[in-house]
Amino acid sequence: MNKNTKAFLINLGVTLAAVLASLVVGAFFILLVHANPALVYRRLFEGVILNPYGLAQTLFKATPLIMTGLALALGFKASIFNIGAEGQMVIGGFVCAWLGFTFTGLPAALLVPLCLAGAFAGGMLWASVPAVLKIKTGAHEVITTIMMNFIALALTNYLITAYFHLPETVHTQLIAGSAALPRLDHYVPAFRGSPANVTLFMAAALCFAFWWLIWKTPYGYETRAIGLNPSAAETGGIHINRNLLLTFLISGGLSGFAAVNFIMGYKHYYEEGFTQGVGFMGIAVALVGQNNPFGIIFAALLFGALSHGTLVINALVPKDIIQILQALVILFVISSNLLAKKYMARLTED
Amino acid sequence: MDKTAYEIELIGVTKKFGSLYANKGASLRVRKGEIHALVGENGAGKSTLMKVLYGMYRPDAGEIRIRGEAVSIPSPKAAIDLKIGMVHQHFMLVKTLTVAENVILGEEPVGNGGALDYAKAAAGTRQLIDKFNLILDPDALVADLSVGEEQRLEILKLLYRKADILILDEPTAVLTPQEIKYFFDIIRKLSSEGKTVILITHKLKEVLSISSSVTIMRQGVTVASLPTAGTSESGLAQLMVGRPVVFQVERALRTAGELEKSPAVLEVKDLTAMSGKGHTALNGLSLEIKKGEIFGLAGVEGNGQSELIEVLTGLRRPVSGSVKVLGEAIDPAGNSARKMFSLGLAHVPEDRHKKGLVLDYSVAENMVLGRHREPAFSTPARMNFEGIAAFAARMIGDYGIYPPRPQLRAGALSGGNQQKIVVARELSRLPRLLVVAQPTRGVDVGAIEFIHKKIIETRDAGCAVLLISAELPEILSLSDRIGVIYRGRIADVFGAKEATEEKLGLLMMGGKAG
Repeated sequence: MNKNTKAFLINLGVTLAAVLASLVVGAFFILLVHANPALVYRRLFEGVILNPYGLAQTLFKATPLIMTGLALALGFKASIFNIGAEGQMVIGGFVCAWLGFTFTGLPAALLVPLCLAGAFAGGMLWASVPAVLKIKTGAHEVITTIMMNFIALALTNYLITAYFHLPETVHTQLIAGSAALPRLDHYVPAFRGSPANVTLFMAAALCFAFWWLIWKTPYGYETRAIGLNPSAAETGGIHINRNLLLTFLISGGLSGFAAVNFIMGYKHYYEEGFTQGVGFMGIAVALVGQNNPFGIIFAALLFGALSHGTLVINALVPKDIIQILQALVILFVISSNLLAKKYMARLTED
Repeated sequence: MDKTAYEIELIGVTKKFGSLYANKGASLRVRKGEIHALVGENGAGKSTLMKVLYGMYRPDAGEIRIRGEAVSIPSPKAAIDLKIGMVHQHFMLVKTLTVAENVILGEEPVGNGGALDYAKAAAGTRQLIDKFNLILDPDALVADLSVGEEQRLEILKLLYRKADILILDEPTAVLTPQEIKYFFDIIRKLSSEGKTVILITHKLKEVLSISSSVTIMRQGVTVASLPTAGTSESGLAQLMVGRPVVFQVERALRTAGELEKSPAVLEVKDLTAMSGKGHTALNGLSLEIKKGEIFGLAGVEGNGQSELIEVLTGLRRPVSGSVKVLGEAIDPAGNSARKMFSLGLAHVPEDRHKKGLVLDYSVAENMVLGRHREPAFSTPARMNFEGIAAFAARMIGDYGIYPPRPQLRAGALSGGNQQKIVVARELSRLPRLLVVAQPTRGVDVGAIEFIHKKIIETRDAGCAVLLISAELPEILSLSDRIGVIYRGRIADVFGAKEATEEKLGLLMMGGKAG
């Protein structure tokens, strides 16, 4: 336990140092566009954390990232590389919205759980194809999930354009008011104006569930064993295919669930392109968060803040600067964590 | 004594890992041209000492003299410059390149215009192959080589770099008896050409047959250094372990009459199965194992042993034939490892790293791998880690697993202790059928004795045991009956008393018993 705490503190320290280092390097790029890094960073910091609206925006942006981050991390535990989070989120969002504007007569107590389950099930459905292909034929999920992303986008775009769009828009009609989730500004007036909503708490609960599932249950024990040594797991009587299927489906479900934040918490309709790459960002979140639910919260907040930061410093520098910062953070955090791991291995074995 | 007479002198070498001493004032002196065996149990510090000599570890204290001169060896590169080379237990070859390409890797001969001069590389390689009688094709792809050939290639790489001192870490662990014989011829050839060879091993028979002198290590210290002539297996073992070791574990042989009356636990009839590569590995194999007997299966590796194990442990679907356990026919379609375990199977797999353990799991987590769904260890919602730790602590005590820390990563333990984890876990199932493959491969003598005792205890408790081993002495010393497997069939079955190494050896090579 003591050793674990020490490892956690070292990790945290290294990660914070890496974030700082990426800001330092980022400063050079800011100088390149003839802006003042100190001023840009002060605005950024104020705009995404210190000011309550900005903080709420950061939380809002972080919410779906936590879920796709968890989705990727769960896959990684079993050595599944689910790049299909984006497509699963699209389908999850579409199913969620469709239920929401179709069963408008249902009371909130029924419609809200139905839409939530729909989002999860939509993601699972989309993940089931690459999952079954992987198990039955050995088709690599990196390829199949990317293909499924294209199909998901094309399919939903067609459905929206052909059947479900409101005239002159690229989005559907609104879901029933009873399916809308409460915003946080109901409880914290200072958050006024931000769509941050109670999906955030669901994301936090999922983090806890993830931790329990992976570290406390027999399912998690088996999943980790498969990720570390599939041969030994199989010899030990673990049903590998059954576990991989389940893990892939849950991963897809989590990706689909990420759509809830936008559909039920923000716009209350399905819109083309609503995912804004959150499915792909989940890869970075899981990597920076080291597949650990608490690390994932940290990483999601970091990327959520940078994402909102684009708007905050828009007037000072081009938005590409934020993309450079994001890339730098990923590079620095991942490489420094690998170095820290090597260093710690030497501490314990050497 | 004249110091210059030694090719290598390691004096008072100390190497600490954290608070643990891997070497504590260890010394080693080797003369030019000799074959020097370095023996000791797993964890005695042999490999550490050799890694110091090869520049992979920096010693905390001590002196290294090569050819009489004090040197410091900060890196393997420096070792190679001193003409020291090492072959590791796990080979370091590029599978997609040819033999010659692997040999020259890092020292490529350059021809006109800076292009690689492959012809020159192949010629240089061939010259060395012929000189040392290594029997390799310079143009063969490494992926197509046998393990024995890969090992010869590793030695060839050192010779190409003009090494005069060759350190070989457990070279015979991966070889079949036939390959070992040939390998020893090469070692003798190297020695006669003036090369100095250090052989890390814990197979004492090999020490006696190949080496001219031997150094014994125990707990990081060199306890003795002697000429091999005049030592004996039991004498060396006692020095290694620090107490007398029994090689032939005592057991009461089952008589033919007893076995006649004993019920069959495993009945295999006309079993046919494919290998992973798609050729017929089992070709109408039949055998029967009775309650309370150890059935030893002897054979050269690759004659269907692995596939038989996989079929019996639910990991491979046979093409045809029947398997019955305790009278119950196994349906191949619905079979799985979990199903077989539920029928009373226990399985010590042939490769503990690949199939027996999750090295990144703790000792405790490994101790229940495959048993983790049992009520004592989990409910569907929660693993009972307290119960698992208590169980692991008990097993660690019963089996003398060292270090006695359930939460330690299994990969941090020595090979012998890792194997004890697997054996402890499987025998704790209280099996009715035990399939045990290569139970003592890469395991030191103290642990071998212990594991053999446990297997016999399990038999005495009424378990039927199928023992698969490449070590004929192991088969002969444990089995009640011995079958020889050749090309996917049982060539013949002997009672323990009729079987000899010669008879078995002949059948293993496809001959007929006289």
